[in-house]
Amino acid sequence: MKKKILMRGNEAIAEAAIQAGCRFYAGYPITPQNEIPEYLSWRMPEVEGTFIQAESELAAINMVYGASAAGSRAMTSSSSPGISLKQETISFLAAAELPAVIVNMQRGGPGLGNISGSQADYFQAVKGGGHGDYKTLVYAPYSVQELWDLTLRSFDKADEYRNPVLILGDGIIGQMMEPFYPNPYRKPDLPEKDWALDGCKGRAPRVIKSLYMGDGELEMRNIVLQTKYAEMKKREVMADRYYLDDAEIVVVAFGIAARIALSSVLRLRREGLKVGLFRPVTLFPFPAQELFAIAGEHIRFLTIEMNAGQMVEDVRLSVNGKSQVLFHGRPGGSLLTPEEVEEKIRQVCCSHPHPVRAALNRWDA
Amino acid sequence: MKKIFQRPESLKQEPFRYCPGCGHSLIHRLIAECIDELGIRERVIGIAPVGCAVFAYDYFNFDILEVAHGRPPAAATGLKRTLPDRVIFSYQGDGDLAAIGTAEIIHAANRGEDITVFFINNTTYGMTGGQMAPTTLIGQKTATSPLGRDPKTAGFPLRMAELLATIEGASYIARVSVDSYRNLIDAKKAVLKAFRYQMEQKGFSLVEILSPCPVDWKLSPKESQIRIQNEIIPIYPLGTFKDAYQESTL
Ligand SMILES: Cc1ncc(C[n+]2csc(CCOP(=O)(O)OP(=O)(O)O)c2C)c(N)n1
Ligand code: SF4
Ligand SMILES: [Mg+2]
Repeated sequence: MKKKILMRGNEAIAEAAIQAGCRFYAGYPITPQNEIPEYLSWRMPEVEGTFIQAESELAAINMVYGASAAGSRAMTSSSSPGISLKQETISFLAAAELPAVIVNMQRGGPGLGNISGSQADYFQAVKGGGHGDYKTLVYAPYSVQELWDLTLRSFDKADEYRNPVLILGDGIIGQMMEPFYPNPYRKPDLPEKDWALDGCKGRAPRVIKSLYMGDGELEMRNIVLQTKYAEMKKREVMADRYYLDDAEIVVVAFGIAARIALSSVLRLRREGLKVGLFRPVTLFPFPAQELFAIAGEHIRFLTIEMNAGQMVEDVRLSVNGKSQVLFHGRPGGSLLTPEEVEEKIRQVCCSHPHPVRAALNRWDA
Repeated sequence: MKKIFQRPESLKQEPFRYCPGCGHSLIHRLIAECIDELGIRERVIGIAPVGCAVFAYDYFNFDILEVAHGRPPAAATGLKRTLPDRVIFSYQGDGDLAAIGTAEIIHAANRGEDITVFFINNTTYGMTGGQMAPTTLIGQKTATSPLGRDPKTAGFPLRMAELLATIEGASYIARVSVDSYRNLIDAKKAVLKAFRYQMEQKGFSLVEILSPCPVDWKLSPKESQIRIQNEIIPIYPLGTFKDAYQESTL
């Protein structure tokens, strides 16, 4: 029988990682994700895994790089400033096609910012972050249930694509206590890690690297990587839709902002407003075609984010001029409230849908 | 007839493409011979650094992981903790280990990671064209110290072996040189010992190896050997700086 349990978001991630067979974790303390390393510091030894408090985020992700190269399921976690430090090796992981799971419980930025939740690392997460043409799969959970389920999924997808996977949460969701179903982990059929380094006994030596100096070699490597990312775009898009059938205003939001926006949408629906919510669950690949399919002359989009306007660029690209796309956001350091989202939706309802008039009425410029 | 000179099995059939007289070729061979002697080729995983020796994977005939600049000790930690019965070594230059990777080497040593590090000190950044390294001698002219290293603005030669020997977690720290046959013999002993320490789970071992870079020193291979003897060894003395398991002489 299925029973719900109560856990803090960060701890749900940590336990889900254990359930998914993660046996290597390295991290460096930073608020608001400290419950992850704290939990794993006692939990990893119980399953004969490795927990290391590293000397820095740079070291932590390179330990993960080494563990992954040796064939282990490996994870690191941090929050915004620490994720900035990890970017170098996220690029190396992608280049070397090594699986890894990286958790970013975002906090307010730029700089040291503050320790409250934020979504200001969207660009960093989906547009590269580190150097070179690479992509990580990016999941944006909006509940503790999803933190659990998407963590299980992340390890499988990392192995399937031999690619780093990023879980983009935030300080609020990491600290949130919520009952959820601890769905059991079922390992899918995945190919043997016939690339891992474990000593060349009975086989030819293997090399894992990212330097390609030969004529045309690097371009070939890049084409291989891009083909893989194209495959992810085809197969990995996830999004949730709420009340979209007859919606004239489509709120687009991810993660915690979607959670907040959903309560506003529910309230306005009760009043009879034709408003719905579209929630990307994967940020890369972005549900571009799904948004385009919804777009039309009589539909307006309102993107809600806890930043100064990042995902809205992808919403505009997806809609490609077919609909008007408006934005409301609160930058790092503040908390979005259901009341203000409600207020913004009402404003959109009352504003004239004609683009020129609407532009005059816009509050975000 | 007995074969007295043959390529170690731990080296691929690939001619070295390092500059003539470069220490890396010699040190690769030395490490390969030791791995053969210890019979561990099939359970060794080496780490290639960012530096001239990034191409180590072209030459070593066993598993190799290439790692970002300065981070090999962290990656080695991940490898070793995952595969405790494999022999893990990192091969790092002085830019890699003593500049950008200072934190990683100190903390891997301090955790007493059961890994072996070969630290190739050629007093310069070979790969990027001979810029100043933390190990560059005072007065040494490099691409970024054209008038010679001035300690007032550029600091002093960093003695990593001595520094790391102060760390409680480190087990074996030595400095050797490959400038002469005599020193090569000692170098080989140190490399073997460092590997043995790991194989016996005795903890962190590091061998610093003074190594010529004739191209960036703008010297011939022969002059480079003389420079090591006359200028470098006086600043970087050879010897064992720490041996936690040294047999008691009592
Ligand atoms: C993050 C980063 N910074 C700088 C470089 C450029 N770079 C490549 S090798 C190197 C220094 C190499 O010197 P050393 O480690 O002493 O090795 P050597 O070539 O002398 O053997 C530098 C700075 C790089 N590849 N990555
Ligand atoms: S530049 Fe120096 S270290 Fe690099 S290969 Fe040439 S001699 Fe060797
Ligand atoms: Mg050097």
